[in-house]
Amino acid sequence: MKRLFPILSVLTAAFLAYALYQALVIAPTDALQGDVYRIIYYHVPSAWTAFLLFLINFVCSIIYLIRRNQKADILALVSAEVGVVFCTIVLVTGPIWARPVWGIWWAPGDIRLTSTLVLWLIYMSYLVLRRFSTSAQTQMLAAALAVFGALDVPLVYFSIWFFRTQHPQPVIGGGGSMAPAMLHTLLINWLAFLCFAFLVCWSRYRLEVLQREIDEAHAMESLSGDRDSNKASMPLTRSGK
Amino acid sequence: MSSLRAVTLATLVKDIRLEWRSKDALNSMLFFSLLVVVIFVFSFDPLAEESRHIVGGLVWIAFLFAAVVALNQTWARELRNQVLDAYRVSPAPANALFLAKSVGNFIFVSVLEALMVPLFVIFYNLKVLGPAWQLIPIALLGTWALVVNGTFFAAMSLRTRNREIMLPLLLFPISIPAVIGMVAGTTAILTGEDSAHFYIVLLLTYDVVFTTASLGLFETVLHAE
Repeated sequence: MKRLFPILSVLTAAFLAYALYQALVIAPTDALQGDVYRIIYYHVPSAWTAFLLFLINFVCSIIYLIRRNQKADILALVSAEVGVVFCTIVLVTGPIWARPVWGIWWAPGDIRLTSTLVLWLIYMSYLVLRRFSTSAQTQMLAAALAVFGALDVPLVYFSIWFFRTQHPQPVIGGGGSMAPAMLHTLLINWLAFLCFAFLVCWSRYRLEVLQREIDEAHAMESLSGDRDSNKASMPLTRSGK
Repeated sequence: MSSLRAVTLATLVKDIRLEWRSKDALNSMLFFSLLVVVIFVFSFDPLAEESRHIVGGLVWIAFLFAAVVALNQTWARELRNQVLDAYRVSPAPANALFLAKSVGNFIFVSVLEALMVPLFVIFYNLKVLGPAWQLIPIALLGTWALVVNGTFFAAMSLRTRNREIMLPLLLFPISIPAVIGMVAGTTAILTGEDSAHFYIVLLLTYDVVFTTASLGLFETVLHAE
């Protein structure tokens, strides 16, 4: 297990480098957008990875609510944290891409932009709840909030979809299908991002398990420390041993 | 079932009586939203035509913030003298407590809205161009959307540090579809440009989904230990 991690890290780094090479050098230049479009190889795989992680979070939260399984709770926490990071990448790369292509940084009524932003907000509030909640009930409350968040997503989508159809919007993506070479590069990049996300989640998972073991050990220690304090009132007998 | 109704009614009547005697929540909400209205009037000085487009947003922002003031006090009252703990160990159905609190908040916020709407009309020279009666379902459904989730999240944030700030952090992101429905629906009716039917259906869906979810999960949250 311990040896597997560095091996996987090296492999992922190599894969990411290969994907980067594919994206920047091998993939053809877009006829309309020029080289600017290459940000798609970071923007879209990050989005897909983030959505996948949020889905994992939802499933794990449901499992936790039903089974009270600690592993499910840790997995929910980890997937939310890493998902928020990837979602942040999406929200940062989006405007960088939109500025040269659409001429604006942000299209307020656009369905994908706005629903991604709302998703990010919901999961930020999830992480804030986990941070501020007092330890014992956090997991249950967080799982309940995750269910609420997941229920909210389709409603957000439809509300913005209807909102948008009433307001003129910049044309997005240009429609049409993607060139096979571009799609190929996109999928390679997504795979590389998935490997990276898996690696980060795994190490975060181990960290969280260790953290909980330490917390538990501290709690046990302070409990037994209370019991010892009666004896500790006679330190001489102790040191005399 | 009858115990659910009896406990709901008893708790609701108790809350209304307490509120009637102290008027804590209502007064603070009223003054708060009055301040919001006045600040908006100073910030934007619109013509009647423009104000139709922005008032939908302003009204609901004022009510949303004011509702948070009331929602924060909902459960705090039960913490004194360990009432909530007593409730937890009693065999009364948890959902009765939740329903009573939600309905209570719904009544308080509705009263606030009824008192504040004339002020908005005066300050912004409002004249409704669309079918005005549709504002009533939007107001009722929108208010319920705010208070049902608000009551749930207020119960949730009881268990957190700085709970007063926790409630809006949890409530606002989840409420975004409802807020879009309320604001866009109100604007559609005020300007008479679009139909508000979709927004009413959206709010209704939102209410049904989250009322069900809250009733399903409230017992878990109340007993989470």
